[in-house]
Amino acid sequence: MNTFDATPVKKSERITRLVQHLFAKKPEIEAARAELLTESFQKTEGLPIVTRKAIAFRDILMGLPIVIRPEELIVGSTTIAPRGCQTYPEFSFEWLEAEFDTVETRAADPFYISEETKRRLLAVHPYWKGKTTSEMARSLMAPETLRAMDHNFFTPGNYYYNGVGHVNVHYDRVINEGLTGIMGQAAKKLSGLTFCDPNYGDKKRFLEAVIISCQAVIDYAKRYSALAHKLAEKEGDAKRKSELLKISETCAHVPEQPARSFEEACQAFWFVQQTIQIESSGHSISPGRFDQYMYPLYEKDLQEGRLTREYAQELIDCIWVKLNDLNKCRDAASAEGFAGYSLFQNLIVGGQTADGRDATNDLSFMCLDATKHVFLPQPSISIRVWNGSAKELLLRAAEVTRTGIGFPAYYNDEIIIPAMENRGIPIEDARGYCIIGCVEPHVPGKEDGWHDAAFFNMCRPLEMVFTNGIDNGEVASVQTGDVSTITSYEDFKAAYKKQMDYNLALLVNADNAIDRAHAELAPLPFESALIDDCIERGVPLQQGGAHYNFTGPQGFGIANVADSLYTVKRLVFEEKRFSLSELKWALEMNYGQGFDEITAKEIALQAAKALEAEGKTVSTEEISAVIREVLSLQLSPEEKRRCEEIRQEILDLPKYGNDIDEVDVIAREAAYYYTKPLPHYKNPRGGIFQAGLYPVSANVPLGAQTGATPDGRLAHTPVADGVSPTSGYDLNGPTASCNSVARLDHAAASNGTLFNMKIHPTAMTTEKDLWDFVSLVRGYFDQKGMHMQFNVVDRQTLLDAQAHPEKYAGLVVRVAGYSALFTTLSKSLQDDIIKRTEQGLNR
Amino acid sequence: MENYDYLDVKGRIFDIQRYSIHDGIGIRTIVFLKGCALRCRWCCNPESQSGEIETMLVNGRPKTYGQDVTVREVMQTVRRDMPYYSRSDGGMTLSGGESLLQPEFARALLQGAKALGVNTALESMGFARYETIEKILPYLDTYLMDIKHMDPKKHEAWCGKENTLMVENARRIAESGKTKLIIRVPVVPGFNDTAEELLAIAKYADSLPGVEEIDLLPYHNFGEGKYTGLGRDYPMGKAKRPSIEQMEEFQNRIRANTDLFCQIGG
Repeated sequence: MNTFDATPVKKSERITRLVQHLFAKKPEIEAARAELLTESFQKTEGLPIVTRKAIAFRDILMGLPIVIRPEELIVGSTTIAPRGCQTYPEFSFEWLEAEFDTVETRAADPFYISEETKRRLLAVHPYWKGKTTSEMARSLMAPETLRAMDHNFFTPGNYYYNGVGHVNVHYDRVINEGLTGIMGQAAKKLSGLTFCDPNYGDKKRFLEAVIISCQAVIDYAKRYSALAHKLAEKEGDAKRKSELLKISETCAHVPEQPARSFEEACQAFWFVQQTIQIESSGHSISPGRFDQYMYPLYEKDLQEGRLTREYAQELIDCIWVKLNDLNKCRDAASAEGFAGYSLFQNLIVGGQTADGRDATNDLSFMCLDATKHVFLPQPSISIRVWNGSAKELLLRAAEVTRTGIGFPAYYNDEIIIPAMENRGIPIEDARGYCIIGCVEPHVPGKEDGWHDAAFFNMCRPLEMVFTNGIDNGEVASVQTGDVSTITSYEDFKAAYKKQMDYNLALLVNADNAIDRAHAELAPLPFESALIDDCIERGVPLQQGGAHYNFTGPQGFGIANVADSLYTVKRLVFEEKRFSLSELKWALEMNYGQGFDEITAKEIALQAAKALEAEGKTVSTEEISAVIREVLSLQLSPEEKRRCEEIRQEILDLPKYGNDIDEVDVIAREAAYYYTKPLPHYKNPRGGIFQAGLYPVSANVPLGAQTGATPDGRLAHTPVADGVSPTSGYDLNGPTASCNSVARLDHAAASNGTLFNMKIHPTAMTTEKDLWDFVSLVRGYFDQKGMHMQFNVVDRQTLLDAQAHPEKYAGLVVRVAGYSALFTTLSKSLQDDIIKRTEQGLNR
Repeated sequence: MENYDYLDVKGRIFDIQRYSIHDGIGIRTIVFLKGCALRCRWCCNPESQSGEIETMLVNGRPKTYGQDVTVREVMQTVRRDMPYYSRSDGGMTLSGGESLLQPEFARALLQGAKALGVNTALESMGFARYETIEKILPYLDTYLMDIKHMDPKKHEAWCGKENTLMVENARRIAESGKTKLIIRVPVVPGFNDTAEELLAIAKYADSLPGVEEIDLLPYHNFGEGKYTGLGRDYPMGKAKRPSIEQMEEFQNRIRANTDLFCQIGG
């Protein structure tokens, strides 16, 4: 059995002040990177792209203004303003120009941008016209794919407009060998290239680019060393002066050379983490198993008496603060899908060693404690749970969950490892997995997983079954026939499968086009240097250099599709309560709720297109008039009543999430429509597609593009998130929800599943509560669930639950000696609980 | 061959609640049996009292309380949370009402849970002949027994029945050694909220062989809305809940004067 010291260490006062400083101002967009990049590219016209990328990376790192923030122990900031961001016009820039005037005031993730910055960006943007990855990707897609994207079947927005990111690199190699070690490997490979190698030229230029970019990071660190030294000379406070001198010494040594201490390892880690995100705008650069690769130097320093646990904790806390100093401005639509300024830097503790022993160590606890100390959204902290997990670690994790921060996310080794093996990954590598971004399992330092490759809305193909592939007046998908001619549930499912298969093929087309655009325009030599086998094979990551290659697009809306199929099965074909035509009519009428503006606009555009097809011209005034008319349209009282009757019958049916087998098996089948076909498709990097089932926060904006669905969901409301039951439909408590969700085949979704659960803080008060909470997670995992995360709801949520009880039907609260569903309690009791929650807020 | 007849025993319940974590060890499923012998003024589950199926207004809508089910049917729900019981040492708890008013059903339910290998508990004030109780003890891991007052007359005035039978049953259950007995005391303003009255109960509990724990459950008025829903007046009127300080004072007095482990809530 392994041993560890789980004793918590007190938070230092420095951390409070670092956090305050970080959040003093609204995040700001800066122009320096875009300018340096553009100037560099203007100088290197005609050179190979990978060479130009390496030179630009060097020019950016040499020219970017640098800053050491007050009291920092770990240094390296991408912007002068705390939590600021640079821009990446090589991937896309049009959206930013279009949103210059709204980016500061938008609801999701606003950024301040000065007039000066706008001017500077406008000056360099024209260079990138026609040269971005998004433009190239578009040119490589099939016309049907572009049409499907216009009709919101899926959105590959992430990599279409940005860098790919979504990797875990060999932090351990930088710590243990230094960048000189990596450069040495590249140099050796370079000198060993055979003259007759058919790809000699490509390999040579790539390996040279690796050496240039590694040297750039070394030189960048040395700029910090010099700055720290200069600041130390001027520093009056003796303690801070010595800290700055230490920083100067550290940055002169790492990441160039192997780290000699835990403190140097922390700084080396940070330079890697930061500079990868300067090289490209890809997010979800995930530190992964920090507790594992940082441990050897921690243990050594502790044994040799050169490090105290207090100082180690302070350094870790400092890194946690720095992870929140990095930021990224996304386009308005993506910002809604990734709301919360999140960079999804996932860091995971616990789990197993390559040879299958429990991996818990001191740092596993200290990482969880750091999240409690810093109490910020980054890193996205996670924990691996397996049958041999240290109980102490699970309890510590539950204590963090109890704070309401929503972390850690819990992952189940017992299903993730076999799911990865099923994709051809040997057990030693599968046991070493970390998580990328939201929920995506990944082999550290060896994989280009292209996780998060697109959001696929599983409800849209279902709509197309009802409309025979017509959307907004035009053919938008494969035509599966008039829905009224479908005579059996089996035929209905066959039509849905056909709609799914057609659009999945287009999704693959979109992702592969984008993949090629990155291969051609955005090879990233520094990131590639830190992932096996890019150097060995002389091939950049973006061109298939990684040991493992996947593409992982994520589907969502399982709950809606499952409940919809169940409606059709039961009410249309078994009980014959209404026909498919009548259901189609009720959906079009949004169950009698009247048309909102989006629907009215769609109907008007449909009408206009029909007229145009007949050769008539339609003016915008005429369209507006139609919109007004549609909005004023009223169903007859009879029709409205019938619509509502249909919806009520649907709502009264059993729903996914209540531990009812006959619905849950349909959910399993619904997920298969997405998860089963994907692994048959290949990507250009020599890997296959694999499915994820998670939504980030896109289920809300993409739900807004989806009409009413046969599960009783109204038009333009959010679709269900991840594999979670529809919010408000799960009424039998947490164990019932867990059982339903565990009934899906999570192994088929090897790119990750996401299960959200709300728990009231009063159900997590005593130590017994926490143990029972751990048992809830383990009970779900025993049934092969993959991931769970918890929203321990606060007072504000309870107030909202009181105002909108329909959204919170499943919310369990502890009343007194017993627990109950919050919305079933009387108003006065609800008030009482809300009041008590307020009192219970002291952490 | 083992006899599975108990699975066909029928009884009347009014609710089954899963993921209950405040009624015994681990994660539990609580089966609420309908019908009670007492009419305690502070009762927070008035819909449990009548043995008849009845209708109560919940948020303005009528809801039926009372359903006749077999043990087999109840077990189909209970067994769904097996993975959580095994991880938490949890199981099934019978509550009410007074489960012992349906003794065959209660015994068969406990037997059903034991056949699944899960922990069993019973929340009951022991209102039955001891011979009846004795039959369920082989299937019961924990008996959570209410003792509300030591004075028979006061007990009768507030609960509708004297306590003699129940107090005596507590001793016989304890002496049987067949189950873990925990005493629970609702602390009710005007009824037993003095240190003397509570200490009397605690000392009696302390005198029972094998009893190590007493839980004080502070009165609350959370059941008030249910009385309205049933068209009844709330017997407790405007009575105030005991304060935390007051409860801690009681707890300290009991700890000082007995060898019992005493907790608030449980």
